[in-house]
Amino acid sequence: MTKVTVAKEDAATSDELVVLKSVNKHFGALHVLQDIDLTIARGEVVVVIGPSGSGKSTLCRTINRLETIDSGAITIDGKALPHEGRELARLRADVGMVFQSFNLFAHKTVLENVMLGQLKVRKADKKQAEEKARALLDRVGVGTQADKYPAQLSGGQQQRVAIARALAMDPKVMLFDEPTSALDPEMINEVLEVMQQLAREGMTMIVVTHEMGFARSAANRVVFMADGRIVEQAAPDQFFSNPRSDRAKDFLSKILHH
Amino acid sequence: MQLTLLSAVGSLVWGTLLAGMRVGPVPLMRGFGTAYVNIVRNIPLTVIILFASLGLHDTLGISLGAGDVVDSYSFRLAVLGLTAYTSAFVCEAIRAGINTVPVGQAEAARAIGLSFTQVLFLVVLPQAFRAAVLPLTNVLIALTKNTTVAAAIGVAEAAALMKDMVENEAQLLLISALFAFGFCCLTLPTGLILGWVSKKVAVKR
Repeated sequence: MTKVTVAKEDAATSDELVVLKSVNKHFGALHVLQDIDLTIARGEVVVVIGPSGSGKSTLCRTINRLETIDSGAITIDGKALPHEGRELARLRADVGMVFQSFNLFAHKTVLENVMLGQLKVRKADKKQAEEKARALLDRVGVGTQADKYPAQLSGGQQQRVAIARALAMDPKVMLFDEPTSALDPEMINEVLEVMQQLAREGMTMIVVTHEMGFARSAANRVVFMADGRIVEQAAPDQFFSNPRSDRAKDFLSKILHH
Repeated sequence: MQLTLLSAVGSLVWGTLLAGMRVGPVPLMRGFGTAYVNIVRNIPLTVIILFASLGLHDTLGISLGAGDVVDSYSFRLAVLGLTAYTSAFVCEAIRAGINTVPVGQAEAARAIGLSFTQVLFLVVLPQAFRAAVLPLTNVLIALTKNTTVAAAIGVAEAAALMKDMVENEAQLLLISALFAFGFCCLTLPTGLILGWVSKKVAVKR
């Protein structure tokens, strides 16, 4: 475990995929992101945890500019985040996003959901798009539901479709914004398993979550945020067994002992 | 009937574009959409129709390619006036529909790399229309009845026909009842059918 982590950290210095430099953002008077510096390497799985209101979801959403930032810089694969228009759309196609509330297109079938981006953004051939969509749906274990509408699926199934929809764009990096927070407990695992598998296959992932088990087993690095700042970053083993900051100790004592 | 259908199609198209402008990211278009709706829906229809005839045709000489034939240019101008007027209401009905579509739908669409127009036409509007069927039915019924105003510029629609008959036949009550019944025959099924359609196409969440 430790060896793997070290290897990944070595990769970090040579191949930076997502870089945030002194990013600041305000919601009115609230300073939600304060001087955020964060670098994510290709193939790295970073889990962002922290108390609610600490800015972790906002951080996740700034990376594909669903939230704008006030100052600082974000680069993805060496390119600065474009402001608006076609360039931004192209970048978003390369950054997969999975939402807390699934957000599957309610008027389209599961299959159409996974095909839409391929057809309209990647301009893929319809037959190939369908083949790829079906393969992805099989991979996340909902292949038999392809012709149903999202409302007919359980939360866990919907979220797995949402992951397939994001994967259909062949993203360079996947953002997960609390992917299991809206799920019934018994459905959380089926989604986490898909994410574990993705992590093992070498997908670069930024995961905002409250699932400490996932952080322990799949993450290369844990980023702990509180009050709009990154308080601590460490390998999961180290972070959970021996957190350095008081804020992290306090947070862990509240969530781990009941 | 023809007047209603053409104006309905015209105002649906123009109203949708207006709604698109009002929710769009370009301030100039948003301003235009808002101004258009607020100005047009507050002008009485009679004034708009009369302006189409007296202002556009008699003063500016616009006949929409119909030459000097009174029947056809009046008809075309009436379609134009009704479309301009009704589209303001269509726009607002669709905008209300757009508001029923959760923000997450548009966010997810943007996140897979769709452009603003693609998000609007592929994801948001298809859902907004389904929610807007009932309010749009109201607008369509109002439009059907509003066609009578076109009589003011000499289009041979129901009210003009009725005036002729009243002058010639003198059976005022009977003729009025007949025309009222005629309108109900058009609008009642419209309401019932579209009410059914509305339930049928509703998006399940």
